[in-house]
Amino acid sequence: MDKKIKLAIGLGSTCSGCDIAILDLNEKVLDLASLVEIVFWPTAMDFKLPDLEKIGKNEIDISLQHGTIRTSGQEHIAHLLRERAKVMIAFGSCSCFGGIPGLCNLTSREEIFETVYKETPSTVNPEFTTPRTEITQDGHDLTLPELYNDGKALPQIVDVDYYLPGCPPAAELIGRLLPIIANFMETGELPPKGTVIASDKTLCDECPLTKENKMISRIYRPHEIIPDPKRCLLEQGILCTGPATRGGCGARCINALMPCRGCMGPTAEVKDQGAKMISAIASILGVENEKDLSEDEVEKLLDQIKDPVGTFYRFTLPVALINRRIKEGSEK
Amino acid sequence: MTQAQQPKAKRITIEPITRLEGEAKIDIFLNDEGNVDNAYFQVVELRGFERFCQGRPVEEMPRITPRICGVCPGAHHMASSKAVDAVFGVDPPEPAKKLRELFYCAHVIHSHIAHFYALAGPDFVLGPAADPSKRNILGVIEAVGLDIGRKVITARSYAQRIQETIGGKATHPVCGLPGGMSKPITEEERKEIEEMAKSLVEFSKFSLELVDNVILRNKDYIDLILSDTYSHETYYMGMVDQNNKVNFYDGDIRVVDLKGKEYAKFKPKDYLNYIAEHVEPWSYLKFPYLKGIGWKGLVDGEDSGIYRVNCLARLNVADGMATPLAQEAYDKMYDVLGGKPSHATLAFNWARIVETMYASERLLELATDKDVTSKDVRAIPTGTPEEGVGCVEAPRGTLFHHYWTDEEGIIKKVNLIVATGQNNGPMCMSIKKAAQSLIKNWKVDQGLLNMVEMAFRAYDPCLACATHTLPGQMPLEVIIRDIKGNEVRRLSRHLHPEPLGIRVDVVS
Amino acid sequence: MDGFEPKIIGFCCNWCAYAGADLAGISRIQYPSNLRMIRVMCSGTIDPLYILEAFQKGADGVFIGGCHPGDCHYQSGNYKTRRKVSLAKRLLSQLGVSPQRIRLEWVSAAEGQRFAQVVTDFIKEVEELGPSPLNQRGAQHG
Repeated sequence: MDKKIKLAIGLGSTCSGCDIAILDLNEKVLDLASLVEIVFWPTAMDFKLPDLEKIGKNEIDISLQHGTIRTSGQEHIAHLLRERAKVMIAFGSCSCFGGIPGLCNLTSREEIFETVYKETPSTVNPEFTTPRTEITQDGHDLTLPELYNDGKALPQIVDVDYYLPGCPPAAELIGRLLPIIANFMETGELPPKGTVIASDKTLCDECPLTKENKMISRIYRPHEIIPDPKRCLLEQGILCTGPATRGGCGARCINALMPCRGCMGPTAEVKDQGAKMISAIASILGVENEKDLSEDEVEKLLDQIKDPVGTFYRFTLPVALINRRIKEGSEK
Repeated sequence: MTQAQQPKAKRITIEPITRLEGEAKIDIFLNDEGNVDNAYFQVVELRGFERFCQGRPVEEMPRITPRICGVCPGAHHMASSKAVDAVFGVDPPEPAKKLRELFYCAHVIHSHIAHFYALAGPDFVLGPAADPSKRNILGVIEAVGLDIGRKVITARSYAQRIQETIGGKATHPVCGLPGGMSKPITEEERKEIEEMAKSLVEFSKFSLELVDNVILRNKDYIDLILSDTYSHETYYMGMVDQNNKVNFYDGDIRVVDLKGKEYAKFKPKDYLNYIAEHVEPWSYLKFPYLKGIGWKGLVDGEDSGIYRVNCLARLNVADGMATPLAQEAYDKMYDVLGGKPSHATLAFNWARIVETMYASERLLELATDKDVTSKDVRAIPTGTPEEGVGCVEAPRGTLFHHYWTDEEGIIKKVNLIVATGQNNGPMCMSIKKAAQSLIKNWKVDQGLLNMVEMAFRAYDPCLACATHTLPGQMPLEVIIRDIKGNEVRRLSRHLHPEPLGIRVDVVS
Repeated sequence: MDGFEPKIIGFCCNWCAYAGADLAGISRIQYPSNLRMIRVMCSGTIDPLYILEAFQKGADGVFIGGCHPGDCHYQSGNYKTRRKVSLAKRLLSQLGVSPQRIRLEWVSAAEGQRFAQVVTDFIKEVEELGPSPLNQRGAQHG
């Protein structure tokens, strides 16, 4: 009799879009259920921490985790899963690269607390009470996990075997796990370590829009223009991170006529998604009359790019070459 | 057992809370008499969107803020889209608003279906005291047939498909822009949506019948729903249209008091005059309350600023439903509940299906509106951006997005009042009350854990759950120790090979 | 800043800036030795990645030397340079690294004296700024 694969699903600082993405397999979830026995999944099942702790080394076949690592509790889960699993998968952009919560690296825990618990206009907190990791309330001892200053991707915490990027991962890509699991059950074989379950090419390769001539003379923010629905958005001056982003997602955002924002992360050879993207922009913006532009005019042209870090590292800041903001003069 | 040997377990920790979106734990503390002294619902994470969104171009907010929640990203997307309209002072063309509302009805349906069938449904279809191993969607399917399971999957897949057609993706849609929508839909797409909408109306009818057959025919359930254990007298808040009927996408905000009388009605942009947030050091989640009444702690009553949002609240504040079948269901519900407003927390589950009926009817109305295929779905903003508020009824309650920008439209400041957050206080109170009602004189009952969970679950704590991958168990174990740490009693209710850990520690 | 010797990485194009640096050397024109030179064929080939990497690896400043606009050996390479460098400055500025730590200069092969002058100026400016925030004690960065 075929033994079912034991699967564990752990959470970092997740929005649970990745859990919904699994459910969006719809009928295929029944296929998944026939192959796996889920031994941990706080989102959907009542296994608690002590149950996970009791599982022995290598007793879990596949663990996957989604969500940025932001707290001590989430880091603990990552270690628990890795220690007990033969295979660890980083599921979703937050886990693969840090994701949108990784933008916390542009600020600090102190600044977040200031904003959330003091400065927001609806907050009434004159004593600036903030959450504490240990507190005695009305005679009761309570604890909270520590909120870290940095957001981290899963590979920065534990050894990761496979990556399934996307925010959330496309159903088609999640579906690719099924034959991998089935094959594993039958033959014990797995894809090469480090495999990214996505396309090896950039999004441009699967984008349905027509590419003609990449030379733009100005940038339009998405609300400033109604684009030609058949032509490449970047060519029309709308910033699109397609050239620096891995494909395989089905170009879903493009289908809604909105530009890519890079959730699939960079392709294999690219060290830093943001650097790659600004290189691409510099190659096509203001090229036609570049000889005639003064230094000031060049600067004005580039002023149209409002938020390089937030646009080109939206999902990948924690794994960037320089992955956090440090203030000048912050020497202690 | 003698007096001296009586177990003195003083603390019950449930960690993590499961079957919800987000991370939390519950600590229940017993006093010297073995009664519940207090219970704490602690949210254990924070991401800081209100801070790291500073510096981002405001038009990107409808694409960034859905990442607050992957179960109701559509709600954040819509609230954000409306907020960025307001920031630029641009009014989208009517067809764009209808298209947004069409998308949004589908979104509410997806979220409500998932919660009702996977989380709350089992408690009613099978019973709160039913065999724990059966008390989940698998047990429901066993009780009512695999066809139901497939029906549920299909219905939710239609709701997701409609969102994808309009918004690019169902989870983390991208279509909302200042001034309208990124693209129109074709007649072909509209036809497809219309067919799916018809199906969803039928499915909603079916769900109401399920409520009828399973809940209303069972006096025990009625008693449970109407019991004091699950009742809180609070204020209620929700969005209403110009006829004071429930609307998810647009309208004014209405607050009613414990007797159902209107306490306030305001435009979303004036929310700061009515809502404030309190902070406790033992949770990362803040506690919204009515500013005019004030923060009096986690207590019921006319003098407490605690208010509730979400399904039952919306129905409590409205004068009715805008569509016929939903109105029928609404009337029937209040008939059984004994009038308006209803303070019965468990009735949130029922109200959820009444709302699903409305959302489906409204979806079909909009899908057959010829405006919805118009090409005129965007107005280009011309004003200087500054400040704006966008508000919708998320499936889980009223949701406010408030942005301030510089003259280039770069975010300076963000304030978010998120739906589930407004029920933070009520959830704490519900858990405490259920625990206090059920745990007396050290008696920790089998029914305890599920009953406490039901108090929490009714608020639909932000997760659309598996519709068919639960293992068919709700395994829990409570270990009671005396002061010396010796095990005195062990209660388990599970078929799982390994017992689950609900730690019951002695606190000396 | 006492005892602080800035580490500067300099990318200089073969045809102009590097030749200018050479000329400075031959002419025995003195300038501080903080600059570690990397010769590239054209300043236009400098990927913004190199600039980021230089800071990530410990540079306190990055100097880029290219041909005067209009004089590029490859026609238009240096036009790309100025766009790339400007974008890199903006990116780094958002990350907390002062744009003053990146200096783009056009230096011809004949401008040995000028080369020494601009480099000296730049080193002094970085000295005044202090160590790069990525190098400061207590800075956390991965």
